[in-house]
Amino acid sequence: MNVILIAVISLGAIGLISAIVLYVCSKKFAVHEDARIAQVAEVLPQANCGGCGYPGCAGFAGACVKAADAGSLEGKLCPVGGAPVMEEVAAILGMEAVVTEPKVAVVRCNGTCENRPRTNVYDGAWNCAIANATAIGETSCAFGCLGCGDCVAACQFDAIHMNPETGLPEVDEEKCTACGSCVKACPRHIIELQPKGKKGRRMVVMCVNKDKGPVANKVCAVSCIACGKCAKVCEFDAITIEANLAYIAPQKCRLCRKCEEACPKNTIHAMNFPPRKPKVEVVPAEKPARVSNGNEPTKVEQ
Amino acid sequence: MKTFKIGGVHPAENKLSAGKAIETLGLPKQAVFPLSQHIGAPATAIVKKGDVVKVGTKIAEAGGFVSAPIFSSVSGKVNKVDTVIDASGYRKPAIYIDVEGDEWEEGIDRSQDLVTTCNLTPEQIVAKIKDAGVVGMGGACFPCHVKLCPPHGAKAECVIINAVECEPYLTADHRLMLEKPEQILVGVSLLMKAAKVEKGYIGIENNKPDAIRLLTEKSKDYSNIEIVPLKVKYPQGGEKQLVDAVINRQVPAPPAIPVSVGAIVQNVGTAYAVYEAVMKGKPLFERVVTVTGHSLSNPSNFLTRMGTPMRQLIDAAGGMPEDTAKIIGGGPMMGKALMNAEVPICKGSSGVLLMNDKEARRAKEQPCIRCAKCVGACPMGLEPFLLATLSELKDWERIEKEDVMSCIECGSCQFTCPSHRYLLDYIRYGKTTVGGIIRARNAKK
Repeated sequence: MNVILIAVISLGAIGLISAIVLYVCSKKFAVHEDARIAQVAEVLPQANCGGCGYPGCAGFAGACVKAADAGSLEGKLCPVGGAPVMEEVAAILGMEAVVTEPKVAVVRCNGTCENRPRTNVYDGAWNCAIANATAIGETSCAFGCLGCGDCVAACQFDAIHMNPETGLPEVDEEKCTACGSCVKACPRHIIELQPKGKKGRRMVVMCVNKDKGPVANKVCAVSCIACGKCAKVCEFDAITIEANLAYIAPQKCRLCRKCEEACPKNTIHAMNFPPRKPKVEVVPAEKPARVSNGNEPTKVEQ
Repeated sequence: MKTFKIGGVHPAENKLSAGKAIETLGLPKQAVFPLSQHIGAPATAIVKKGDVVKVGTKIAEAGGFVSAPIFSSVSGKVNKVDTVIDASGYRKPAIYIDVEGDEWEEGIDRSQDLVTTCNLTPEQIVAKIKDAGVVGMGGACFPCHVKLCPPHGAKAECVIINAVECEPYLTADHRLMLEKPEQILVGVSLLMKAAKVEKGYIGIENNKPDAIRLLTEKSKDYSNIEIVPLKVKYPQGGEKQLVDAVINRQVPAPPAIPVSVGAIVQNVGTAYAVYEAVMKGKPLFERVVTVTGHSLSNPSNFLTRMGTPMRQLIDAAGGMPEDTAKIIGGGPMMGKALMNAEVPICKGSSGVLLMNDKEARRAKEQPCIRCAKCVGACPMGLEPFLLATLSELKDWERIEKEDVMSCIECGSCQFTCPSHRYLLDYIRYGKTTVGGIIRARNAKK
């Protein structure tokens, strides 16, 4: 009897002491997680792609709550969920959603098999990062697409695919969430995130070659040779030429398409525009003959 | 006979040009000098278009301590400072010089007489080596003077001369040893004096018995230089492998370097360049280059001026064979495929190897069968299959823990792989990435 009593009392005492310790600890070291974080995380797509710039969806949820406490949700965008998800997030946090323009990945190289002749053969491991570290690639362009498809492997949304005919990746704009995985994967920094624009329309310089004009001209039929004609015709100061390369600032571009016509190498592309109506009023014979001023970039020879 | 302890492979030797004496190659029409011919900061051009230069004129200044100046190998006029596709496969800045005549800078002793007496202090020798732009001639092109100034805390005990030439096909060092043995020995004693050490070793693989015999005989006058015959095994010419083979000391993992265990390793070609720089006042603008390949009609060794396009060497060796599929700068194991034959000869160009279709074709990659042959072959005791897989998975943290930075990129793993896996491609990718991560981390500190 005595033995049983001792056992019950001692065990009871141990239990009581443990309970007190546990209670004190749970109060003292409690982590107060904002309930809103879990709520916000719930409406996020859970792709954990990191496209928002935070480590996964939970990280982004935490950042949103913090930003809401600070006063504004500006600059916070889940590229996968887009505006609808951000509205839900804003509703949970009792804020107003800040409209951010949706973006899309753009592959800025048009060095297809016809445009950019193959000058050598690469037979190493089929991986852009390795091909880029090994040598210039299969063509003489040190800046263009290598075609091994690191971007395709990086995309979690099945939105970028290799076109076997051109050997270049193509973005499925419907599926692209602008998470930026392909931008990070491309060792030559060809892919860029650009605002989608109205009806997906935008003007893009489809080249990243920073070589001097004559060199760039030689390696590819559609390379930018930095002749500056596009910058001259642009009325909105949207085009800058830096490091032998033209760049169209999407925020300033008003989609007039004058640069597309001016480009002597067809480097500038108008994306998602309806086909042009054939011009009838211009009679070709009346056009003044083009006078070569000696700076004709297409004729530069090395 | 001595050799290194772990790993190693035995590729076919194919020393086609071993019996061919060194010939002097004619001058090129135009010489091209890339500004980064060495490890470290690129040199900066100090000439401009229209400048007249002589043979031995400095045309580019060293860009820092770990860097080396570049000298013109020809006389003539600077055509332009532009870019050239160099052995790396990318366009790099370079100086173009149109050759006119062959006028040498004053102060260069062009006689063949052997000079053995040197009254310079060690510091003066190092300064002369530095000013002559001497870099490691084995291929890595590490500036010679940097190795002679050990980092704080390390003390050199001996100089080991790398005369192993373990790369198949190449015979440039072998021929140099047969034709300039006295000069090499003087160069070695200069290096020993500069490094303030008492002992020098010359490690030679025993597939060059004539060189071993000749140098052993000549070195009788030099009591502190020992000729060490080594058992043939690739990659014995790797610094760490050579230190292991010759003095039986193991260099720890990076950042340790051979001098951490008391050894300074220099190539035999470097020893010759040091002799010419110190004794003859001749900066580094010439080197012996092996031109070789099974399809080539006349594989040879040429004493070539830097900046000569490789096509000229190939033409001198019997012309480019029609079935050429790959031009490799260096040997078949560690050399790099070149973009075209116009790539200029640089300080580190030890050879030009032409491969035909059959030799050049890479076998199709098969799945790994876990045979662990690569592990047995790795001279650094790494696990190449694991490193390659981790690199493919981009697990940079783990690959760093698995010691990827110790890899010497010798290619033994890939050579021995029965599944023809592209192990080295992936390991090299992992190594460069981890190297970048480590540099970024150190910069933050």
